[in-house]
Amino acid sequence: MKKLNRRSFIKGGLATTAAAAVLKETKSEASGDFDNYPEGMGVIVDLTRCVGCRSCEAACNKEQGLPEPAVPFDDFSVFDIIHHGEKRRTDETAYTIVNRYDPPEIDHPLFRKIQCNHCNEPACLTSCFVNAYTKTPEGAVIYNASVCVGCRTCMIACPFYIPTFKYSSAFTPRIMKCIFCYDTRLKNGKPPACVEACPQEALTFGKRRDVLKIGKQRIRETPGKYVDHIYGEHEVGGTAWMYLSSVPFDKVGFDTHVPKEPIINSVKEFLAMVPMVLTIWPGLFVGFHLLATRKDKIQELEKEKELRKLKENDEKEEQV
Amino acid sequence: MRLFSKDRPEIPIVNHTKEDGSAWTIKEKLLLGLSVTEYKKQFFRNPVNWFMIMIFAIGVPLILGRYAFGLGWVTHASNDYPWGLFLGFGLFGMVPLSASGFMLGTTVELFGRKDFHSIERLALLNGLLGYFFAVLFLEIDLGMPWRLPYPMFVSLGPAAVLFLVAWHVATYLSVQVAEVLPALFEWMGWLKGKRIIRKYVLGLTVAGIILSTLHQGALGALFTYAPAKVHPLWLSTNFQWLHFFVSSIFGGLSMVIIASTLIKNFMGWRCDEEFKANLDYVTVGMAKGASLAMITYLVIKLVAVAHDQEWTYLLTGWGSYYMLELGVAVVLPMFMFAFGVRNNWVTLIRFGAFIAAIGIIWNRLNTSLVCYNWQMYQEIPHWKEVWITVTIYALYFLTYRFIVYRLPIVYEWKGER
Repeated sequence: MKKLNRRSFIKGGLATTAAAAVLKETKSEASGDFDNYPEGMGVIVDLTRCVGCRSCEAACNKEQGLPEPAVPFDDFSVFDIIHHGEKRRTDETAYTIVNRYDPPEIDHPLFRKIQCNHCNEPACLTSCFVNAYTKTPEGAVIYNASVCVGCRTCMIACPFYIPTFKYSSAFTPRIMKCIFCYDTRLKNGKPPACVEACPQEALTFGKRRDVLKIGKQRIRETPGKYVDHIYGEHEVGGTAWMYLSSVPFDKVGFDTHVPKEPIINSVKEFLAMVPMVLTIWPGLFVGFHLLATRKDKIQELEKEKELRKLKENDEKEEQV
Repeated sequence: MRLFSKDRPEIPIVNHTKEDGSAWTIKEKLLLGLSVTEYKKQFFRNPVNWFMIMIFAIGVPLILGRYAFGLGWVTHASNDYPWGLFLGFGLFGMVPLSASGFMLGTTVELFGRKDFHSIERLALLNGLLGYFFAVLFLEIDLGMPWRLPYPMFVSLGPAAVLFLVAWHVATYLSVQVAEVLPALFEWMGWLKGKRIIRKYVLGLTVAGIILSTLHQGALGALFTYAPAKVHPLWLSTNFQWLHFFVSSIFGGLSMVIIASTLIKNFMGWRCDEEFKANLDYVTVGMAKGASLAMITYLVIKLVAVAHDQEWTYLLTGWGSYYMLELGVAVVLPMFMFAFGVRNNWVTLIRFGAFIAAIGIIWNRLNTSLVCYNWQMYQEIPHWKEVWITVTIYALYFLTYRFIVYRLPIVYEWKGER
């Protein structure tokens, strides 16, 4: 047997600690600290560069094979459309929309493109009870129409009002939403059609962490041009599509009240309670039942006792 | 129903055999012991049935149209308000009002309160039908209704709240079928089936409590997916499931009080003496339970406002609406119940139950439609959507009446039991 001296003890101890530290790290990464596909792609949208030419809308329409729009893409009167007091939004015929805003702070309009923001922890995905949504390692949130039931919970859950439903169809309805051109482009490392079509370089495509750096760099290098915030860096746990703006984001139609953490976090309170009820309730309520009916049980037992006594007495009498 | 008169002592049917000793056939039992012409006559004499025919005359084509031309044909096809009346009323409103089954199942079977026995079957039936029709509403609303079993067998997303709702409603529906079957077995005269179920009654009851706690709560938890869309006063991410669960307790009890009141007044011929004699007593008992649930509910509502620091919202217009809802839908019926219990004033309790049940539906519609997207425009449902909702509810009413007319729900079967 090898003799255990002080030196080897310390050596062994250190090695074990190191191993434990390494093991622990890998373990915790596997469980809670999933880093949301660090190699995922993203886009940063610079509102100060967008001129509202709607080329991205046209490119998306062509790439995704969507129906021809009622108003052509070079008609800019669409910016004045107000429906129910709201500007245009995505629907079953359009995965991306550009809207014009006229913030009083500046003397020119700003244009904001909306499409799926491809969240790191998508609410549509976490709310779907048939697993129709997938967040791909490339960063896209894609949708599988062949398992979808049409419950539309994803539309309730999406904090950006992105998924739309093909209400017009009776037999093949489905969710219609931007998929980052996953099938045709992103999968092969190409940028989505809208980014490629942008003549103003308002959309910058790259790894999410890289375009985030680019955004921060622009804020830093041109002081006063941008508000010091990148919308989507932390909103709902971070999104693949992020925005730079020269005016506060709520002035250009962004919802600045969305939570800073993933939507699923507000549901966890309930989800944590489920196993508790499932395990504690059965024993608890059977216990209640036994407690509530104990008087009947005691009466029954006493009756039996009395009967036995009577019987015994009878037997004794007989013997006598 | 005037046909059930003194000169026909053998009807309403309460036994397997007629006066002359021969057995009723199932067909005769279905026709309530009347001939076909007599049955038709009594059916068309009832003005309620004419009202129903009118609803169905327009509602059925609308439902067919929904399946032929899509949801967009009957609703506003809104992407901002994906859930309308079918779910807001049909699922979120019907399910809490059907909590009665597990409430009285627990009272009688688990806590051994045999004094509530006469109302137990009605409560179970009320629960079963409420759930069944909530699923029917869901089948109208789902984009692909033929894929209803997908979350169970084809593609599973077990981490979603709706997954839990789907599984629990499905299992609980089967539990409730099992709980109501003894009534059918008695009526059919198949006693073996009844004995089998009798053995498992405690297990079924406990399963009912677990499933109900979770899915009543889960319906509330569904809205915690939209923390930025529902008005903060109607949404508390911490307590939402408790709000929905606790309010379902008095919702379910109120609904049984309403159903029993209607049955007592319009179907007196069908009730037996025990049911009639006990009704006031059990109504007072249920009102007592409901008022306790209501004060609990109010406290949790208050805790939610305090926890989320929402006091300032109470001073806005939405705050007034919130107070109005709580005042009319909960506080008012709570006092009506309490006063009714104390003074044994059953009529007051019955009016209170009516207000409380409407109040539950009002609360669910507020959460799912009125206060949803509160910073946006207000969605007003399409008239076709309203009509279809009324049609399905009318079908619920007819099925309810059909069963209570026949099965031993509010009367005791006189044959072998």
